[in-house]
Amino acid sequence: MIKILYQIGEYLLLLKRIFSRPERGKIYLKQTIEEIGKIGINSIGIVTIISIFMGAVIAIQYTYNIENPLIPLYLVGLATRDSMILEFSSTMVGLVLAGKVGSNIASELGTMRVTEQIDALESMGINSASYLILPKIIAAIFFFPLLTILSMFVGIWGGWLAVVVTKILPAELYIQGLHYAFVPFYVTYTLIKSFVFGFLVVTVSAYYGYYCYGGALEVGQASTKAVVYSSLMILLFNVILTQLLLTR
Amino acid sequence: MIEAVNIVKKFNNKIVIDNISFTFESGKTNIIIGRSGSGKTVLIKTLVGLIEPDSGYVLFDSRNFTAMNFNERKKIRQEFGMVFQGGALFDSLTVLDNVLFPLNMFSNLTKKEKIERARFCLNKVNLFNIEHLYPSEISGGMRKRVAIARAIALNPRYLFCDEPNSGLDPYTAVVIDKLIKEITEEFNITTIVNTHDMNSVMGIGDKIIFIHEGKKYWEGTKNEILNSDCKELNDFIFSSEVIRLIKK
Repeated sequence: MIKILYQIGEYLLLLKRIFSRPERGKIYLKQTIEEIGKIGINSIGIVTIISIFMGAVIAIQYTYNIENPLIPLYLVGLATRDSMILEFSSTMVGLVLAGKVGSNIASELGTMRVTEQIDALESMGINSASYLILPKIIAAIFFFPLLTILSMFVGIWGGWLAVVVTKILPAELYIQGLHYAFVPFYVTYTLIKSFVFGFLVVTVSAYYGYYCYGGALEVGQASTKAVVYSSLMILLFNVILTQLLLTR
Repeated sequence: MIEAVNIVKKFNNKIVIDNISFTFESGKTNIIIGRSGSGKTVLIKTLVGLIEPDSGYVLFDSRNFTAMNFNERKKIRQEFGMVFQGGALFDSLTVLDNVLFPLNMFSNLTKKEKIERARFCLNKVNLFNIEHLYPSEISGGMRKRVAIARAIALNPRYLFCDEPNSGLDPYTAVVIDKLIKEITEEFNITTIVNTHDMNSVMGIGDKIIFIHEGKKYWEGTKNEILNSDCKELNDFIFSSEVIRLIKK
């Protein structure tokens, strides 16, 4: 318990250092653009592929699970759309990015720590936490919502593709379902979630990388912890945000 | 001038630096010698503020560095140049960008002037035509020299070198030693070199302190070191056959 409290305190102190005044704004801007490339643009491929398959599987599963003739088949489109928007595009993408981006951040910072590159920054008088982590946070909270929007569209398209290819349902019914009972707030809700998930993935992973001491073994352990704990935080905050935003 | 006064550092109640005091003059190459694990690296990191002492303080030209807050230290740290044991070059930057890094962060020179200064520093350490390469593409000796070039880029008043020639062949080690000596005298820098290499001590040491198990056992010049009656020092230096022959 004391160890958990110590880690939470250390994490909060790291956040304080990250959000202190940057040395040179211009250099941070350059860093942020590079991080957008690494964290955001390089993740477009994996998010696209996963979303297509998620959308396809959701559409097929719903179609086979609707056995009652009183339930209209166009609800497959509605269910796919709402599943993608409410849960899969933000939470699943968040979890996938916790694996891809989180492990990358933890191993990058961990390696910089054990090879004294972070010490080199500090010895020059640079706030290493802010210089190394702030651009990643900005990149993630800016790009995670964009990836979520991409995932929504691609996932819904994946459902349509599955319906068309497998011919389990007339495509018109699927599209009719997509137009049925759309709640715009669901998009806002999922974007808020993706914003928070982006912040959590970067800061939790950065915490484990930044405070990694030792050698290659410890860098590997930091990377694993980063993925595990950022995934847990995503699941925890998914419940909290859902309770806060969707419960009336 | 650098003064350390009664520095004590413990890790988990184990005393690693035990009440060490010394004064190092400017324009001199000051050497800290001792066995591996004697506390040399902890001591040098304590001097530059990467490790906080449990008691005692460090003065840089009568300015109490230990008592300063983060922002005050930041200004003094811009007068530091530090060469880490492994070089600690930034993997993601080219050789030229590594040397440009402190200039970009802290100088108000134009882009052209910064590049000229970085090239001057690289030439000073006898490096030519490698500025486009990454640290992983150059040899260990070159990496150390790039680290020295980066350390002197901002015309430091204080230069700290942590085992600058460890892992290098004897020829390159001598080249690095001469380079440190030359830079120190030319720019009137207060230089501190951590080493356990007796060739460095006899080659470039103006003032030498010997630490053993965290305590300062001896202090003097290279002319005095071979005639010391300190048992621990003699055990250390005369473990080398070459030094025994020199004494004879």
